[in-house]
Amino acid sequence: MSEAIIETRSLSKEFIRDEFHVVALKDVDISVRQGEFVALMGPSGSGKSTLLHLIAAMDRPTGGEIRVLEHDLHEMNDREIAHWRNAHIGFIFQQFNLIPVLTALENVELPLKLTHLKKQERLEHAATALKLVGLGDRLGHYPRQLSGGQEQRVAIARAIVTDPALILADEPTGNLDAASAQEVLTILSKLNKEHGKTIVMVTHDPHAARFATKVRHLEKGELLPEGAVPAD
Amino acid sequence: MAIPISYNLRNLVVRKTTTLMTALGIALTVAVLLAILALVAGLRTTLAATGDPLQVLVLRKGSESELVSNFTRTAFQDLKFKAGIARGRNGEPLASLELVTVLNLASVDAPEGMNINLRGLMPVGIEIRPGVRISSGRWFQTGRREVVVGKSIAQRFPDARLGKRIAFGRGEWEVVGILDAGRSAQNSEIFADLNQVATDLNRPEVLSSALVRATDAVAAQALLNDINNDQRLNMNALSEKEYYALQTQSAAPIEFLGIFVSVIMAVGSSFAAMNTMYAAVARRAREIGTLRVLGFSRGSILFSFFVESVLLAGLGGLAGCLLVLPLNGVTTGVGANFSEIAFDFRVTPQIMATGLAFAVVLGAFGGLFPARSAARKEILTALREI
Repeated sequence: MSEAIIETRSLSKEFIRDEFHVVALKDVDISVRQGEFVALMGPSGSGKSTLLHLIAAMDRPTGGEIRVLEHDLHEMNDREIAHWRNAHIGFIFQQFNLIPVLTALENVELPLKLTHLKKQERLEHAATALKLVGLGDRLGHYPRQLSGGQEQRVAIARAIVTDPALILADEPTGNLDAASAQEVLTILSKLNKEHGKTIVMVTHDPHAARFATKVRHLEKGELLPEGAVPAD
Repeated sequence: MAIPISYNLRNLVVRKTTTLMTALGIALTVAVLLAILALVAGLRTTLAATGDPLQVLVLRKGSESELVSNFTRTAFQDLKFKAGIARGRNGEPLASLELVTVLNLASVDAPEGMNINLRGLMPVGIEIRPGVRISSGRWFQTGRREVVVGKSIAQRFPDARLGKRIAFGRGEWEVVGILDAGRSAQNSEIFADLNQVATDLNRPEVLSSALVRATDAVAAQALLNDINNDQRLNMNALSEKEYYALQTQSAAPIEFLGIFVSVIMAVGSSFAAMNTMYAAVARRAREIGTLRVLGFSRGSILFSFFVESVLLAGLGGLAGCLLVLPLNGVTTGVGANFSEIAFDFRVTPQIMATGLAFAVVLGAFGGLFPARSAARKEILTALREI
């Protein structure tokens, strides 16, 4: 069995909103192993996105421990986390979040600006990543010149261009039509199966979840046991 | 590595209307500052170009300008034979007794009239000023109501052009020549025969000043000391160069007012730049969040928005320089010691560099707080903003 690259112990996240105490995540213990494709499912407010954000160190837990890729995230400062995220995490957003004033190639090159690669190498890597998602002929296009599906594929290329060990996807098909969603899920599945990437994907969509090798459900901030689904 | 500068440049292009409006505000501020600096530089250049270090101007003790000085013919006789004064072609001392007063003439800018200097001088007064030459017409003749006017006067005062007649004293004076004194303030004066002017103005004995030429620099200094220590003469001597340098004080209020107005405008422009940048930060909140997720640090975000503000202001600064460039060489005049001195605006490379630096400082101030606010955004808060 390969080793766990995500490990949480009693992970919790609570906050105050409009004077109400909200428990977004409660005592979550989860382990994701190298090469797994895990789908996190659950209704709105179940805490699945919160868990994803904590794994990406985009937010800080209020309780428990989280260890990702052999790093205790709570021990790292802002700068270390920024560097760590650039080197090890690829993040895919529901709304693509491409930079509108940069071309597809420049968007994908962006994370490589933080590496020691030379300009030519960066452009070659970015072009390769775009070819991998089937957009080798769209390098000079701006996001507004691309369809939603193509934008999300550019976002995937941006997420994989640094060759991260872990890809985190937050509702990657949430804004796409069925055909585009199918393309995106096929690419993610290929990245998992053929390139060995570990993927954690948040989704509402049972069809999307079928591409994952493991599905975990959350309900009211709690992670249900493996195989369990929320009662309707 | 920082966020690419193309990101900032293209964002400025994308929101071109806001960019242009903000840059224009900055451009106008910079243009006002540069116009004042160009005006002051022109005035200073003119006054600095006036005077010769070998020439000593003698005024009554306590007088700061020729206009308020009294100088008698008797005192002049005592003065002109002092040691160290050079001799002219005819062997006479190079010493010119002069009468300086003001005339009121209508100008193109001020039809109600402006004061200009009238200088009555001896023929040696012309010999003593080798930098002053006739550009058209001829010199005045002694004993006649004839004047020679500076080229700036001829340009700006329609009544003082070649062949015209100016009324003052006891009759009309014909303009017989135009003089060119290079960049010097004497382009703003009218020259005429001393005795004719003194008679017409009823000041035969009490004149204004004397200008003497020393044989060399050492003699000039000795002459200054000699005159200033001569209790009998009771005169104040200073080098002609020093005299005109003192007149540059007339530029100080203009400079102060110009800088004051520019600073007030700069505060406004800087808030406009700040407003533009705050709007940019708000509009691009999700991009900021995304950049942070990609691994760019808070410092990179701060630097990027700061640079964008400086670029925006730099663009305004550049436009301000271009706006003020046509002023270069344009002749204007300011009042100095009750009379007008004409000079050219001088938009020098140093002045333009000052304008650009001013714009950059303005942009830096306007961009700092929005950039800090961008850098301080929490990732999730930024990503959730629309």
